[in-house]
Amino acid sequence: MDTQTIDKSINYVAKDFASEMEVKWCPGCGDYSILKQVQTVFPDLGIAKENFVFISGIGCSSRFSYYMDTYGMHSIHGRAGAIASGVKAANPDLSVWVVSGDGDSLSIGGNHFIHLMRKNFDINYLLFNNQIYSLTKGQYSPTSEKGKVTKTSPYGSIEEPFNPSELALGAKASFVARTLDRDPKHMQAILKRAHAHKGTSFVEVYQNCPVFNDAAFFAYSDKETKKEEAILLEHGMPLLFGNNNEKGIMLDGLKPFIVDLNTSGVSANDLWIHDEKDKTKANLISRFFDTMFNDTHFPRPFGVIYSEDRPIYEEGMAEQIQHIKNKKGKLSLNKILSGDKTWEILN
Amino acid sequence: MISAEKGVEKTTQEKEVDRIVVRFSGDSGDGMQLTGMQFSDTAALFGNDLSTFPDYPSEIRAPIGTVAGVSGFQVHFGSREIFTPGDEYDVIIAMNAAALKVDLPRLKRGGIIIANTAGFDKKNLNLAHYPDGADPLEDDSLENYILYKVDVTKHTKECLKETGLGMKEIERSKNMFVLGLLFWLFEKPLDHTLHFIEEKFSKKPEIANANILTLKAGWNYGENTEIFNTQFKVAPAKLQAGVYRSITGNHATAIGLIAASEKSGLPLFLGSYPITPATDILHELAKYKGNNVKTLQAEDEIAGVCSAIGASYVGNLAVTTTSGPGLALKTEAIGLATMLEIPLVIVNVQRGGPSTGLPTKTEQADLLMAMHGRHGESPLPVIAASSPSDCFNSAYEACRIAVEHMTPVILLTDGYIANGSEPWRFPTEDNLSEIKVNFLDKPNGENDTILPYKRNENLVRPWIKPGTKGLEHRIGGLEKQNETGNVSYDPLNHELMINLRAEKIKKIENDIPLLKVDSGKEKAKLVVLGWGSTSGAIKTAVLELIEEGFDVAHVHLHYINPFPKNLGELLSGFDKILIPEMNSGQLLQLIRAKYLLPAVGFSKVQGLPFTTTELKNKIIALLNS
Repeated sequence: MDTQTIDKSINYVAKDFASEMEVKWCPGCGDYSILKQVQTVFPDLGIAKENFVFISGIGCSSRFSYYMDTYGMHSIHGRAGAIASGVKAANPDLSVWVVSGDGDSLSIGGNHFIHLMRKNFDINYLLFNNQIYSLTKGQYSPTSEKGKVTKTSPYGSIEEPFNPSELALGAKASFVARTLDRDPKHMQAILKRAHAHKGTSFVEVYQNCPVFNDAAFFAYSDKETKKEEAILLEHGMPLLFGNNNEKGIMLDGLKPFIVDLNTSGVSANDLWIHDEKDKTKANLISRFFDTMFNDTHFPRPFGVIYSEDRPIYEEGMAEQIQHIKNKKGKLSLNKILSGDKTWEILN
Repeated sequence: MISAEKGVEKTTQEKEVDRIVVRFSGDSGDGMQLTGMQFSDTAALFGNDLSTFPDYPSEIRAPIGTVAGVSGFQVHFGSREIFTPGDEYDVIIAMNAAALKVDLPRLKRGGIIIANTAGFDKKNLNLAHYPDGADPLEDDSLENYILYKVDVTKHTKECLKETGLGMKEIERSKNMFVLGLLFWLFEKPLDHTLHFIEEKFSKKPEIANANILTLKAGWNYGENTEIFNTQFKVAPAKLQAGVYRSITGNHATAIGLIAASEKSGLPLFLGSYPITPATDILHELAKYKGNNVKTLQAEDEIAGVCSAIGASYVGNLAVTTTSGPGLALKTEAIGLATMLEIPLVIVNVQRGGPSTGLPTKTEQADLLMAMHGRHGESPLPVIAASSPSDCFNSAYEACRIAVEHMTPVILLTDGYIANGSEPWRFPTEDNLSEIKVNFLDKPNGENDTILPYKRNENLVRPWIKPGTKGLEHRIGGLEKQNETGNVSYDPLNHELMINLRAEKIKKIENDIPLLKVDSGKEKAKLVVLGWGSTSGAIKTAVLELIEEGFDVAHVHLHYINPFPKNLGELLSGFDKILIPEMNSGQLLQLIRAKYLLPAVGFSKVQGLPFTTTELKNKIIALLNS
């Protein structure tokens, strides 16, 4: 972001961004980690504190804005993105952060979510995905896996879940990334990338709900499984995973397949090299979710899936205004009041 | 019936009249709206007072020739003050049989029909569902009227045959023939329309030329043929001296918002989703980029109001525009704005409901939704515009109150005045009242604490813009602790906050003008209490009755929440109170509930405005009861 006032004279520390409000998430909630990483990263962003604005919706995630000592609005269910669009359009100098959850963004706020991605305001969108409705005490969400047993689906949910990154890409998001509450360093790096990206930065954070959906993502963070189940994406680096980094992903046309570097004779350099700018490949990577390619289960990707530079909404808006100002100038209020055609009545 | 007599030297009579109602009526594709507007603008420039009423179907192009596809434009112009588009027509232009069928019932006895005979062939008569073999132009059914049969289509083709234009273009010019003929009939100059055509078709000179030829041919047809032997002269009206322009309600709303932005120094932001009949406000404001106006066409009604909330939060003059169904969708967000206590103007151009209802027809049935249509206790100011030009004042007032009292405000207009037009003696910048804006720029509590909900003497909290150093704080939809704005679930605090928010709105009564009698005296046997777009019809009815010797008066409400402080006292001066509304009695409920007065309602819910006659009959009946 190059639009904000950068004040190098201020040296913030993480606790400068902690508000006086007592944090009231359940013990062990993944949201604590996200709050901590955001507060850790913010002093490094070079933005004056008063220029940060958090807009959140409704749900456990959305209490977030109360806990940041910045400007913030805890709004209504599903509408944070729509409110943030007005904030950014009206004042492009602010660093705007949306905090939302899977139900907030993808169910009640689904329409705003897709249009926000399409319009590409320069804002950062953090979606805390815990795959459950927690604040209402445990109902399946639009990201819950099919068959999920909850209070509203006692015999298992019969719905296919959304894959948020695939949805965001389909909605023309210019930046799509995924990270995890239990990997602080990774999250910090992704938050910085999101901030640096000019355009709507969509960050899905896998977030554990210890009360209603415990361990939903542990496979991606537990020592025993994470190397097999998760793959870390880095631009320009081969797609490698496995306990000893012995597995790689290659492409046969548009079909990914997994090779064993120890047995196949393929070297790391022959593998699929991650290119954040390649939308076709980003679409494939985003589908390492519930899609089986060649009957194979693929590891879940973490990192920046896609990043594209394209024009942002508020700049387009400002350019049009400038263009018309240059071309036609500002109309005086009296001219607006009179319009072009008047007549006079004399006594 | 009048027919052409050959071989007789033409003599034309001139007849002076003080007011005329013309109804242009044809297929949706016949260009009747444009024809009506051109005629009205010309009459206005000539100095007539006038009021217009475009009345069109919600289908853009309903099946040609059918009753469903009839598009009408009504103009009432006169040499005296005009407050309504008129009850009955003096003249109907019927481009086809369906148009005649729709509009004949409201033509005065002895009124003029100008019928395009090409629109009365067998096919058109069938489409309009005339009985087999019946032809109103040929049988005696129209003998109580003056019928002029003109083959507009044929004459248009005739005059354009040398131009080399295709049939389609030629057909499209036929409304100009009618317009030319009308200009002759009412002795109006062609200049305004000639300029209009030249401008509109500046890049298509052949089309401009065709329209001009046809317009002049229509005039010449009136002048030279024997068919027409009377011209009507409507002298300029004795209006208050000053400079005038013509304005529709939606246009007036748009510039009222811009004026408030310019006067307050706050950038204007409109978040809106297209909806009939409100969209013209978005169209209009989208043009004013040179004045820093930002318009955001949102993905839905909810995003329209939410983006406006975001813009208001960061210090813009924020507005959302809509009609009934859209207001229903926005209610939760308006509740948020009430809870946040931030300025926001919501313009509701009412249309016939419920549900999709009658999108292009008018109604006043959203009053109680505006008053109460949010969950929880969430009072907000409601203002109603009474005429096309009053939309300007109302929009300006809505902005002033929103900003100075930190509250969402609902402005109610309706399809009737939004699309209708009238001459407007517009103000200049200096005539407009100030709009005071105070952003907090330093801590307002003891020991440099920030108290976002600390109130002034009007119970108004400070407006604090993100980006202001040292005032970082959080607000939200959860109940907040008095003054600090921190989340609070304390029962007594909740009640205190409910009361404070209500009292804040009530105090606005000290900031609005006292109500005055519109027409008539402060004490009378009967008062007609109106709100919104019924103003013109009520005023006309009451003035006529006063002239006829009845002891009646007219009081009109512009501020509905809070009511003007003296409303109860004013109403106590009258024996009977009649409240006419284009709904089933919504203001009636509010008045009865608040003042315990035995007011009587008069409802009309037909998607059409009241006529003067309907009101007069009702007033007389109530006086006699």
